[in-house]
Amino acid sequence: MKLLLQNAHIEGIRFYDAYRKNGGYQSVEKAFKMSTDAIVEEVKKSGLRGRGGAGFPTGMKWSFLAKPEGVPRHLVCNADESEPGTFKDRYLMEFLPHLLIEGLIVSSYALGSNATYIYIRGEYAWITDILEQAIAEAKQNGWLGKNILGSGFDCEIYVHRGAGAYICGEETALIESLEGKRGNPRLKPPFPAIQGVWMRPTVVNNVETLAAIVPIINMGGEEYAKIGVGRSTGTKLLSVCGNVNKPGVYEIDMTISVEEFIYSDKYCGGIPNGKRLKACIPGGSSVPIVPANLLFKTAKGETRMMNYESLSDGGFATGTMMGSGGFIVLDEDQCVVRHTMTLARFYNHESCGQCSPCREGTGWMYKILKNIENGQGKLSDIDLLWDIQRRIEGNTICPLGDAAAWPVAAAIRHFRDEFEWHVLNPEESQRRNYGIAHYADPLPMVGAV
Amino acid sequence: MSIKFSQEQLNKVQEVIARYPEGKQKSALIPLLHMAQDTFGGWLDAPVMDYVAELLHILPIEVYEVATFYSMFNTKPVGKHLLEVCRTGPCMLNGSDEIIDYIKSKLGINEGETTPDGLFTLKPVECLGACGYAPMMQLGKNFREHLTKEKVDALISELTAKAGN
Ligand SMILES: Cc1cc2nc3c(=O)[nH]c(=O)nc-3n(C[C@H](O)[C@H](O)[C@H](O)COP(=O)(O)O)c2cc1C
Ligand code: SF4
Ligand code: FES
Repeated sequence: MKLLLQNAHIEGIRFYDAYRKNGGYQSVEKAFKMSTDAIVEEVKKSGLRGRGGAGFPTGMKWSFLAKPEGVPRHLVCNADESEPGTFKDRYLMEFLPHLLIEGLIVSSYALGSNATYIYIRGEYAWITDILEQAIAEAKQNGWLGKNILGSGFDCEIYVHRGAGAYICGEETALIESLEGKRGNPRLKPPFPAIQGVWMRPTVVNNVETLAAIVPIINMGGEEYAKIGVGRSTGTKLLSVCGNVNKPGVYEIDMTISVEEFIYSDKYCGGIPNGKRLKACIPGGSSVPIVPANLLFKTAKGETRMMNYESLSDGGFATGTMMGSGGFIVLDEDQCVVRHTMTLARFYNHESCGQCSPCREGTGWMYKILKNIENGQGKLSDIDLLWDIQRRIEGNTICPLGDAAAWPVAAAIRHFRDEFEWHVLNPEESQRRNYGIAHYADPLPMVGAV
Repeated sequence: MSIKFSQEQLNKVQEVIARYPEGKQKSALIPLLHMAQDTFGGWLDAPVMDYVAELLHILPIEVYEVATFYSMFNTKPVGKHLLEVCRTGPCMLNGSDEIIDYIKSKLGINEGETTPDGLFTLKPVECLGACGYAPMMQLGKNFREHLTKEKVDALISELTAKAGN
């Protein structure tokens, strides 16, 4: 089922006329007839959970926003999208910019934000142009500006381009960056809902979260909540990459199995060149990697489904997470050590350096992994890595430290033999794609259809 | 090169500052640094940063702090064309290491270096949000995706030919 991308194929949908002709901006008309509290209530009923990675209920977040007399409030859209494997927000903004603008107008109205900012990663330069054009079109047609549709509500939307820093996706770092500073995360509390940008109450939400407000208002929160299963309501965008036949962005309603998602022609279309599946990181680089056998079945032997609860079933011992929906697939020829090393390098590069466990720990992890990958490691290095990641987790100002620790922990947990193989076969380990034949304990490969 | 924006650019500067609340003009710093880097040779020399500080009525140190934090700001000169090839996990799975090696040998430069004619700088970078279209590089404002050796050849010939004219 599609709620966000259902019109993505329509020619010219990027522009106002086609978008409006196909039902665009109706949610704004409907919202202006509702009270702001009633809108927040609909969002609560919808069960929508933040699509930026943490999955926090959006309606609840909105109801925490402080409303002191005479102090402006702001909505900030998080379009920093820098978690490796994640490129779903890009797709939404590139092909359906008006859907985001529409969601932003309704959300700004509900929250009382007269100046709303889209913080977009600096590298998405051409998307900045697309969004600015869509904003100009919306304004020309009376959906932005002063006294919109005679509602008495004023709203402007501004695009603010970042300049290359993953950490600016973290909401308090994003706020610092929006203030023209280095992206150093703030200590919480105070939370942004009380003191955010320019010390004013602020809500930060992901692009996909804010786009989902449009179908929620159009169909009503209760109807939206009927889609999906349990606490995984509505639809979710997934960006698929790595070794699959059909990488790209897919919208699912969270009721299909992981196996179907990977092998169905409707979605990933299986693994290229008849290769077997080795492992998967289903929610962006920060979530635990799982081997194929744990991916399709939970430890209890149940079919694993593409939703928040099922993906995390078994905790970190045997499960993983939905995260940001960045779905990374590794085929049998891929090297988990090398892949983990690139992630360690990424987190080391992106650490803001404020906390020593994160700043030093990510550097050590990268160095040790590089040594192991290059055949210069010792067996004791594997335990050392485990020890370092454990000391980072939970001991830092922001969750980047955890995000750096988890991939290393999961790789060792599930693929320790592969690390050992590297240490014991130093010459061959310098080769890339050394193949499943060298894998000490080959996995029972599943689903090679 | 004199370090001064054109009148048109100065109008744009005012428009950008007006997006933020009064007295919060420092918020315009990153957008202005982008403008300055694009205008004054692709990198941020100290006098350029001082000029931006002056426009925003902030201290030069506040600009240096920010310019050195963000990876898109170059605080050293770069070649005319900056080839920023992603090498993070998902791109690596699809052969980004081979593409980087190929560019190195083709241009005879290492990571972070510029060709002697000043045309190309190779800069391996981390995930740019194009993982499904890997391998990829950023070139100026755009992404080049699904890279192959042939595409790299064509791109380098095209840019070299343009420089010859
Ligand atoms: C290191 C780090 C990077 C993050 N990057 C992003 C990002 O690129 N986009 C995003 O929406 N949220 C990101 N988040 C999550 C945000 O802090 C925040 O939770 C989110 O924007 C809230 O929006 P949501 O409730 O709609 O998901 C990141 C968090 C951390 C710790
Ligand atoms: S955990 Fe890392 S990124 Fe987060 S504040 Fe500390 S040093 Fe910075
Ligand atoms: S890993 Fe290269 S673009 Fe994401």
